[in-house]
Amino acid sequence: MMLKAKTVTVAAALALVAPAAMAQDDFAAQLQARKGQFRIMALNLGVLGGMAQGKIDYDAERAQTAADNLVAVTSIEQSLHWPEGSDSFSIDGTRAKPAIWDNMDDFQSKWEDVHAAAMEMQAAASDGREAVGAALQNVGGACKACHDEYREPES
Amino acid sequence: MRRFFLVIVALAAVLAAAGWFLSAPARLPADATAGLEGDPGRGERIFLAGGCASCHAPEDAEGEERRVLAGGHRLDSEFGTFVAPNISPDPEHGIGGWTLAQFADAMMRGVSPDGRHYYPAFPYTSYAKMEMQDVADLWAFLQTLPAADVESAAHDVSFPYNLRRGIGIWKRLYVDDAFVMTHAGTAQLERGRYLVEALAHCAECHTPRDRFGGLDPERWMEGAPNPSGEGRIPAITHDALGWSASDIAWYLESGFTPDYDSAGGSMADVITNLAQLEAADREAIAAYLLALN
Ligand code: HEC
Ligand code: HEC
Ligand code: HEC
Repeated sequence: MMLKAKTVTVAAALALVAPAAMAQDDFAAQLQARKGQFRIMALNLGVLGGMAQGKIDYDAERAQTAADNLVAVTSIEQSLHWPEGSDSFSIDGTRAKPAIWDNMDDFQSKWEDVHAAAMEMQAAASDGREAVGAALQNVGGACKACHDEYREPES
Repeated sequence: MRRFFLVIVALAAVLAAAGWFLSAPARLPADATAGLEGDPGRGERIFLAGGCASCHAPEDAEGEERRVLAGGHRLDSEFGTFVAPNISPDPEHGIGGWTLAQFADAMMRGVSPDGRHYYPAFPYTSYAKMEMQDVADLWAFLQTLPAADVESAAHDVSFPYNLRRGIGIWKRLYVDDAFVMTHAGTAQLERGRYLVEALAHCAECHTPRDRFGGLDPERWMEGAPNPSGEGRIPAITHDALGWSASDIAWYLESGFTPDYDSAGGSMADVITNLAQLEAADREAIAAYLLALN
């Protein structure tokens, strides 16, 4: 009898909790979208960086394609990718620091900085290896400036 | 019974005296800096490699602002939060009124001009391995920076860690001017060892600590919990990293990993500093990491 009462209570408690647990969003789609855009940038930077480092031969056309892609990705408006509650303290699977949501204006302006650096790369990409190397410094600086403040190390 | 009690009291007094003695600040020999002339040009390199601006420039300072050493950067640890002080040449709020000998005691022994122990959040455990000429050059360079008229903020540290005297015993255990890599076979490796272990204090972040907060040489550079937030500071031994020498040197210059992710967290500032060194220095650091198994 005692046991049964307990089971009923637990079941009732679960019934109360379950809908809340289901409603809690894990933001899987947003995480995939925002990480995917970073991966596209990394892939294209790999082409430009490889050329700047002399690891792959400079090829103006490929360099231009990579730079154009960087401009395209950094043109994407970001607000839909970063919903409130999708930070590293609230959910698993992300390295986005809660500080992003305390300083959303600064975060957005750092995204605009990387876009500006990508535009410079777009203008320089066909001008040879040295020009790519110089533009790469600014792009790298813009990536690092945001990761510095807003991304946790990997766990 | 009375005898026993007296013995206990006497023993306690001896222990206390021994503890007081063992925790006394140990300065450098009086003539350690005698006759040294600092070269500010060389000192700039020491300043960059030593990463002073990462802590002593105000939080989020960029470009030239990183040379105004007004302090303010907050360092979280399990013992409390430390705030880096003003070390600009301001005579009142900074260290403009110090002598080279006092500066050397702070850098290499963690002792202040008035004889207090510094907390090891100031990485003098690494700087203890510096060469005295480099300390003199650094001192000469620091004098050329702008003075900042800002008072240093207090640390937020609770009992018993707020008793600085106790740090004396800790220092006896953990401050050692011998290198962890005992054998550096080439000139490049020796330079790398000096940069990594003495100046750039990589181990302060990348090596795990024992329960008293000392670096564990048995797990040198094997990665550590992140003191401020989620995630872990990665291992950077040869095997764990799996990067080539040029991958490492490029990362330290550009911030890009071999798969073109970009460095973040507290490593971003380290790279901002190291990117301004000569390429040979970054290559020497890479050689050191590759020699770590
Ligand atoms: C405005 C801020 C910002 C800028 C600018 C930025 N990043 Fe990021 N980046 C982030 C954040 C935040 C994350 C973590 C996302 C997460 O885990 O949810 C991240 C994650 C990444 C990842 C890991 C993605 C994954 O699969 O987990 C890569 C790679 C990356 N960024 C590369 C770059 C590169 C290359 C640049 C420069 C071209 C750059 N980022 C610029 C904020 C930024
Ligand atoms: C203030 C703390 C700190 C110091 C000092 C420091 N690091 Fe780091 N290091 C980090 C953090 C945090 C990361 C992770 C970066 C990230 O999240 O992108 C890292 C990443 C790295 C990586 C990349 C590892 C990987 O798998 O991606 C290398 C290589 C590295 N550090 C080398 C060094 C060297 C060499 C030094 C000394 C010259 C050094 N670090 C000093 C905090 C530090
Ligand atoms: C990881 C952060 C960090 C780095 C890097 C660092 N310091 Fe500090 N430093 C501190 C902290 C924290 C204190 C305060 C210690 C205390 O109060 O016990 C301090 C104290 C000092 C003091 C004593 C100031 C006073 O008013 O008594 C001097 C001098 C100093 N640092 C110089 C340097 C120089 C020069 C460098 C670069 C070679 C450097 N520090 C690098 C964190 C740092």
